[in-house]
Amino acid sequence: MLVHSRTGRWTAWAGFAVLFVPLFALPLLVIVAASFSTNWSGAFPSGPTTAHYAAAVRGESLQALTTSLVTAVTASLIALTAGTWAALAGAALGAGGPWGRRAKRFLDALFMLPVAVPSVVVGLAVLVAYSQPPVLLNGTRWIVILAHTVLVTAFAHQSVSAAVVRLDPMYEQAAASLGARPSYVLLRVKLPLLLPSLNAAAGLCFALSMGELSATMMLYPPDWTPLPVLIFTRTDRGALFTGSALAVVLMAATLLALLAVSRIRTKASYR
Amino acid sequence: MATRAPGLVEQHPATGVVPTGSAPAERLPTTGPRTIPTWVWALPPVAVLAVVFLYPLALVVQESLAPGAYADVLASASFREALVTTVWLAVASTAGCLVLGFVLAVVIAFVPFPGGKAVSKFIDVFLSFPSFLITLALLFLYGTVGMANGLWTDVTGDTTGPFQFLTTPWGVLLAEITYFTPFVMRPLLAAFSQMETAQLEVASSLGARPLRIVRQVILPEALPALAAGGSLVLVMCLNEFGIVLFTGAKGVTTLPMLVYGKAILESDYAAACVVAVVNVALSVGLYVLYRGVSRRAGA
Repeated sequence: MLVHSRTGRWTAWAGFAVLFVPLFALPLLVIVAASFSTNWSGAFPSGPTTAHYAAAVRGESLQALTTSLVTAVTASLIALTAGTWAALAGAALGAGGPWGRRAKRFLDALFMLPVAVPSVVVGLAVLVAYSQPPVLLNGTRWIVILAHTVLVTAFAHQSVSAAVVRLDPMYEQAAASLGARPSYVLLRVKLPLLLPSLNAAAGLCFALSMGELSATMMLYPPDWTPLPVLIFTRTDRGALFTGSALAVVLMAATLLALLAVSRIRTKASYR
Repeated sequence: MATRAPGLVEQHPATGVVPTGSAPAERLPTTGPRTIPTWVWALPPVAVLAVVFLYPLALVVQESLAPGAYADVLASASFREALVTTVWLAVASTAGCLVLGFVLAVVIAFVPFPGGKAVSKFIDVFLSFPSFLITLALLFLYGTVGMANGLWTDVTGDTTGPFQFLTTPWGVLLAEITYFTPFVMRPLLAAFSQMETAQLEVASSLGARPLRIVRQVILPEALPALAAGGSLVLVMCLNEFGIVLFTGAKGVTTLPMLVYGKAILESDYAAACVVAVVNVALSVGLYVLYRGVSRRAGA
């Protein structure tokens, strides 16, 4: 306890509320309020309606939601596979003397690079590379999925490799000494132990991909418009209230997925 | 710790056992997963990364080397303006995030209140939302017909309110501080949760006032977390696109916006690649610095 006087404590809490509520809580509340209204010309929104939600689960909007979900799930699964593989291979390299440690550091840096590179540039790079032979992906949904995968792989790799370091080597040594083959140790010992952090990484990748706008704006084809892009085109045309309803749908979908993933995690941690 | 991390194909004791009783001619099979050296396992993910990321990035660099592209872009006023705007917005946002994040984290950690856990949860959730939602919300809060201006016109009877900053760099600054402050608070809260509270009790029982404890006890402990969080936020601000795009301000052009404008709106790919290379150099340079700082801080 830092502040012992009652007035001092209340001053600190009041200051906290004055900063926290308008900056962090109000924006989300405002979006929810706007999504239920037709008009906002005074201090408060007016004309309560659910028409925006009725429109948000139909036609183009529904298609954008499915597009986002399919993109996010596909990108997360590929990123998780690649990131986990790289993290495990990196840990194996790191165990092999000074040269191995150097190789591991190089591998880690390589996989972290997409975090430092601006997403817009990742989008530009993928667009430039796959608009020309040998691989032509421009104009297909795969270019969007590819860019999302590149962007989230770094986060998957980061969180899984942090978990691999914390893994107790006793379990796999015990399994190996009992004659388990490396593939068996990997599938039945290591991956189950890593499952909680794999789940957390999956949730993170999914949320990032659901909200991805920068790279997507560079390369989405007309028939594969993810939800953030639709929110932008709607609000850019002045349809702020429809945009808010779509934003609430996006937030709800992200939260539901995170909740589902955290439930799997609690189940796995009982093992 | 890395040295103890076990290998993916680590040789287990049974592998090395040579069957002594059997005939010497019977060799163990040399094929199979156990004979593959460790580094081979690292090749597939690296190959995938090279195809989907490194090769495209190399093409961007190659395209930027088109004759005259660098000279044209570097000499243009729009590029220099964008560079200056990007850097000062990122620096100012980072400074704002550090101050605000430190104050909020100190209150959450050291002046606990009911619901403090919920606030920490809320911050985690906040981090998983895309940045452009903040700009969308600010349009309703401080836009021309938003909440703040609506309150003003209701109270004073004027036709327009005083809040017109949303399409200026200040609107972007407010949005970036709002969105990125939680990225500073998370490492700070983690650092505070591991801090010895006895130090605070001793300092306070010796008569130190709260502000002095914050300055002389808490701040030094928080410096590594502040450095790590701050440099991460700086890199993310340099790369931020959604917030700037959603303000729809013609007056605010940052480097990522310029990349988008050149490539998609003007179809000038050589110029877009030049701006991209500059932006990458800036952010990767800072990111390397960030990794160095956070490794030294043990984060």
